[in-house]
Amino acid sequence: MSSAILFKDIDQPGLNTLAVYRERGGYGDVLRKGLSMPREALVTELVNSGLRGRGGAGFSMGKKASFMPKGTMDKYLVCNADESEPGTFKDRELMTKSPHMLIEGMILGAYAAGATRAFIYIRGEYAQMADILDDAVAEAYDAGLLGNNILGTDHSLELAVHRGAGAYICGEETALLDSLEGKRGNPRLKPPFPANQGLYQGPTLINNVETLATIPHVLGMGADEYAKIGVENSTGTKLISVSGHVKRPGNYEIELGMSARDIIYGLCGGIEGDLEVKLWFPGGSSSPVLTKDDLDLAYDFDTLAKAGSMLGSGAIIVVDEETSVVDVCLKLAKFYKHESCGKCTPCREGTQWTVKMLERIKSGQATPMDLDIMASVQEQITGHCLCVLGDAMAMPVGSMIAKFRPEFEAYIEEARQRSDAELIASLDAPNEAPLVGSLV
Amino acid sequence: MSRELEEEVGTAGLPTGDLTLGQHVGSGEVPRYRGGSRTPGWDDAVDLTKDPATIPDPSTCHVPEDLRAEIEAHMAKYPDTRSAAIPALMAAQKRHVWCTPEAIEQVACVMRLTPGYLVAVAGFYDMLETRPVGRHKVYVCTNISCSLRGADDLMDRVVEEIGDDPDFNVRSFECLGACDIAPMISVDDVYVGPVALEDVPTMVAQIRAGDEVLPEQQIIRRKSVDPNAVST
Ligand SMILES: Cc1cc2nc3c(=O)[nH]c(=O)nc-3n(C[C@H](O)[C@H](O)[C@H](O)COP(=O)(O)O)c2cc1C
Ligand code: SF4
Ligand code: FES
Repeated sequence: MSSAILFKDIDQPGLNTLAVYRERGGYGDVLRKGLSMPREALVTELVNSGLRGRGGAGFSMGKKASFMPKGTMDKYLVCNADESEPGTFKDRELMTKSPHMLIEGMILGAYAAGATRAFIYIRGEYAQMADILDDAVAEAYDAGLLGNNILGTDHSLELAVHRGAGAYICGEETALLDSLEGKRGNPRLKPPFPANQGLYQGPTLINNVETLATIPHVLGMGADEYAKIGVENSTGTKLISVSGHVKRPGNYEIELGMSARDIIYGLCGGIEGDLEVKLWFPGGSSSPVLTKDDLDLAYDFDTLAKAGSMLGSGAIIVVDEETSVVDVCLKLAKFYKHESCGKCTPCREGTQWTVKMLERIKSGQATPMDLDIMASVQEQITGHCLCVLGDAMAMPVGSMIAKFRPEFEAYIEEARQRSDAELIASLDAPNEAPLVGSLV
Repeated sequence: MSRELEEEVGTAGLPTGDLTLGQHVGSGEVPRYRGGSRTPGWDDAVDLTKDPATIPDPSTCHVPEDLRAEIEAHMAKYPDTRSAAIPALMAAQKRHVWCTPEAIEQVACVMRLTPGYLVAVAGFYDMLETRPVGRHKVYVCTNISCSLRGADDLMDRVVEEIGDDPDFNVRSFECLGACDIAPMISVDDVYVGPVALEDVPTMVAQIRAGDEVLPEQQIIRRKSVDPNAVST
């Protein structure tokens, strides 16, 4: 792979230790250069690099940092390492193998944001990875890279690793802040945005692991050089997590703009059993699905958005032709039903009813009309929720109904016949007592 | 609140008599009360005539020294000590196996929060157990990517192998962020995968024996970059 930046030394033994990371050029001139630049110049550099958030929304990293107010109030940098979007596992790889890259990125990110306190919010399930991070943070403190007057500059940074306890919604930035404050992880109403009022009411910059880990590289090669990688509006490389029915599931670093076919058939070796693709999620389970006709799309933010989906967290889930779309849809809906925080009605009820209707389809109790009801429930969720978790179910479910309607209808019909046949068989069976039971 | 153990104890080896707090920690046996619980009266109905519990009084609430030290260390990491709620509950849970009323009370006492607040927090998060569970966490991921690779059968197989062993906490879990090793399982926080159906007896035996679980399949040993991956 020619485009390795973040993954360049990833399999180097011991890269998670300070010594090896330093040997490979970490915490060196780039960090010194960054910390000696005026804060505004660093922000401008980030804006010019075109680096977009890698956590889901794809917002310009530099712009977000520029929203941080000046002034002497306590400001915070929070790294979003919740990584709970189904199909996503790239941050895990970075944090386990190269934790110091993240820490270096956070030192620079905090400087750009004017923050002196930083937290890494890591999902509780990643206990092994959090231990590695804890060790790396301790090493960095010992080496004077964290704490007061980093490398003899005026910049100081306190960094702590905070472990969550299992809740997808805590990846949403405002829910994450509440959770970090020791509360239930319910999203907050926006505005105010975290850059104005975030953690402990202070201005807070929140970025994904991969976004922050990229900062040293942007600075190292220069914004203009970095912006040459990838395509317009989607600069740089991206870590993608490919899973599902591919021959080689895993994390890959690609130059943005590579075609999806090259990813799935090239990097990942094609589909298990050499079957065809039925559908694929381009950016985690929250992204509207695409089909095999979309495989030649370029994998970048704008192209996927134009195709009605999104790049999201960069998690590609591939589903082969032999898998029923109804099963995939039900799995997905159940996940969002479980993870809905329950704060707003369209999401809490919508996810519940979608699951109920899909279960009805599976058990043969549904009619094709239910499909329309289900589609309309998705429409009622979209755009009507406090955070985008509701949309995150409604969009992929809606896209599956829209793109695979004939399959849903055939399934409904088949399941209905099956259940009718079972009912008749039970009626015909002699001395079957639980007739009443089977009707309720 | 009845502190008596169930009269008819069918299982051999269960302790009898009254229990003192924290006695089971570290020992192999887990004491059980009525309904298989580890805390007396955990499922008693709420007494509505009583006021909600207030912040426990340190002079009457005994908190083990090491637990107190751990919680205080967490509190010291944050500008606002309340932020330590989750790590503190986790620490208490590690000691008590689940968030027992005692565990909650101890955290509440050190953090100066009400038990009710902490129960509300614990109830929100999947990894904080508010009901009695076994000590070995076996989280079988059954989300999309894993289920495309056989996670549902794996879950059934794991449940079958473990049976009703009360020392296990088997759950099907949402995506654990390791779909590259699908179907995968998190065994007491150690990620293993891909787990074949044939691996299950070995895995369960290893957990029971306290050995390392499927060492060759642990994610920590996996290389990041697949040497066969070449773009066309
Ligand atoms: C329901 C939900 C879950 C999210 N989960 C994550 C996550 O696990 N990791 C992450 O980095 N961003 C997640 N996000 C996106 C964050 O809200 C936020 O946009 C992101 O952390 C910003 O960082 P970035 O600009 O570097 O991408 C989630 C958003 C929503 C609505
Ligand atoms: S959309 Fe869902 S997850 Fe988001 S705030 Fe509303 S109920 Fe909670
Ligand atoms: S779906 Fe199982 S780890 Fe992601």
